[in-house]
Amino acid sequence: MTHHTSRLLTQDLTLGYGERRVVREVSVAIPDGAITVVVGPNACGKSTLLKGLARLVRPQGGTVLLDGEQIHRRPTKEVAKVLGLLPQNPIAPEGVVVADLVGRGRHPHQGVFTRWTAEDRAAVEEAMVLTDTYDLADRAVDELSGGQRQRVWIAMALAQGADLLLLDEPTTYLDVAHQVEMLDLLAELNTRRGTTIAMVLHDLNLSARYADHLVALHDGRIVAEGTPDEVVTEEVVRTVFGLDNRVVQDPVSHTPLVVPVGRHRPRRPVAPDPQADQATATSQENR
Amino acid sequence: MPVATARAEQPEPPKVRPDLRTATRRPRRRRRLVLVGLALALVAAFAVRVLLGDYTFTIPDFFRILFGEQIPVSTFILMETKLPRAVLAVLVGLAFGAAGSLFQMLLRNPLASPDIVGVSLGASAAGIFALLTLGLRDGAVSLFAVIGAVLISGVVRWVAGTTGGYRLVLVGVGVAAAMVSVVQYLLARSNTWDVQLALRWLVGSLNNVPWSTIGLLAVALLVLLPTLAVMARSLEALELGADAAAGLGTGRHRTDALLLVGVLLTAVGVAAAGPVAFVAFMAGPIARALMGGRHSLLAGALVGAVLMLLADHTAAYLVPDVVLPVGIVTGAVGGPFLLWLLARGAATGRTG
Repeated sequence: MTHHTSRLLTQDLTLGYGERRVVREVSVAIPDGAITVVVGPNACGKSTLLKGLARLVRPQGGTVLLDGEQIHRRPTKEVAKVLGLLPQNPIAPEGVVVADLVGRGRHPHQGVFTRWTAEDRAAVEEAMVLTDTYDLADRAVDELSGGQRQRVWIAMALAQGADLLLLDEPTTYLDVAHQVEMLDLLAELNTRRGTTIAMVLHDLNLSARYADHLVALHDGRIVAEGTPDEVVTEEVVRTVFGLDNRVVQDPVSHTPLVVPVGRHRPRRPVAPDPQADQATATSQENR
Repeated sequence: MPVATARAEQPEPPKVRPDLRTATRRPRRRRRLVLVGLALALVAAFAVRVLLGDYTFTIPDFFRILFGEQIPVSTFILMETKLPRAVLAVLVGLAFGAAGSLFQMLLRNPLASPDIVGVSLGASAAGIFALLTLGLRDGAVSLFAVIGAVLISGVVRWVAGTTGGYRLVLVGVGVAAAMVSVVQYLLARSNTWDVQLALRWLVGSLNNVPWSTIGLLAVALLVLLPTLAVMARSLEALELGADAAAGLGTGRHRTDALLLVGVLLTAVGVAAAGPVAFVAFMAGPIARALMGGRHSLLAGALVGAVLMLLADHTAAYLVPDVVLPVGIVTGAVGGPFLLWLLARGAATGRTG
């Protein structure tokens, strides 16, 4: 991808907890108006990198820049008006209704004594319309299904008025249909509203399908970065995940599709039918 | 700016959509109803405590004495024993109730109230140290109690780390036990053995507290409660978890600042009436049950005050001719309440 500008980027960013370095000298730019997905094996530092981008972890070295300024130097409430975050396990307070939760996205816009304004209400309404949660407005969040709840959280982040949205594994705990629904929603937000999205995803094939920009992380360092076609190659997947694999073309989206090889032989003789092969591979990938 | 342009390009939402306020109407109405109900309960409990008992007053008499009329015996009993006790019960109850709800909300654990995690007993130990060992009085003792509470909670927080919840409760319970032994040691070493004094600092008591101490507590609460009310705004974000709150621009230092206010509220309450057991602990869950699961500091504070008044009334008249310290009654009620909370938690898997 021939890019553009990046409002959010890191320079030689090193993050860690105490002595342990989790992200090592990473320089990455989140392209504006695009969907960036960070992939990598467990404990490769992808969640930590996202937290670093969201100013939740203080850098041990290097910087995170938002609009050319060090993000940690800017007032955190000002950052919150530009940068929305959906963490991995947000907590819905017991008994809270959807409209109330989404309304809390307006927190950075409200002072100590300022009341709820028409602008706040408009932002909340817009966020709920965009995420298709308006009809749930008076429902208790803890009664919703996983997919609905995740949409409500995205509505809350949108109500912040954020142009950049960071999401830490927004599809965890969702079944495959809801995973696709969630990613479709994010893609829609990206195209309709121009929202820049950066997220961590577990599923490599869904990542390849939805990302404009892929970042592959291994042991706290960037191994490959670019379009899905550039990043999702047999060699990169082998390096990053240590997985013997084949890369074929996704018959639906024409993006790369990783088919793990594994040690087990098929139980039935392989029919020379590529369709059938792909079907088994897809169902395995999606668990 | 980009937000505004993006919004302008969006198609207008259909006009048939209901107003968002209707969506939150039911919870808001319930909240208002519960708060009004608790305020009425507080007035009723106050009236019971002041007007009833061994020596009863009529309402007209109460106001006549309050506005300066001298009635032999009656004036003394009302102004020097009943009224100060009732006012002190309300103030201490408000402080403990608000602090307890705040702790439970921030630490996301119903066991993490200041009276269980050692804050109250830290204040108590420091207070009695100032009183018996250093020979200080009144304001200086209160100041020591406040410093002690802050130090002890600092230690608990430091040992427990930032992971919150469970570890903090475990460390806090250990520290609380250590503080009890400090209080007992100081009392045992003192040569001026005074039962009232011991009861006050060990279990909490409203007996013989002078108006000057009550005034001091009132002034402290006039500062602390409004501070808490202003800061409570960030609880809307903090309730969603540390990461989500940080994403909304509410940092971790906010949690610590709020906890500090809770510690101070607890400490000034303890300085006046001792570590009255379980009031802070019980107020939050009761308020939440009334609110349909929602946290509310205001409701917690009101429940705390009602609990204190009822407990003190029971303590005063349960055994004829003996005025028990209020902490014995709250302890007797709070113990089973703790067990019930744990049993319910084991059943639902929700509560620590």
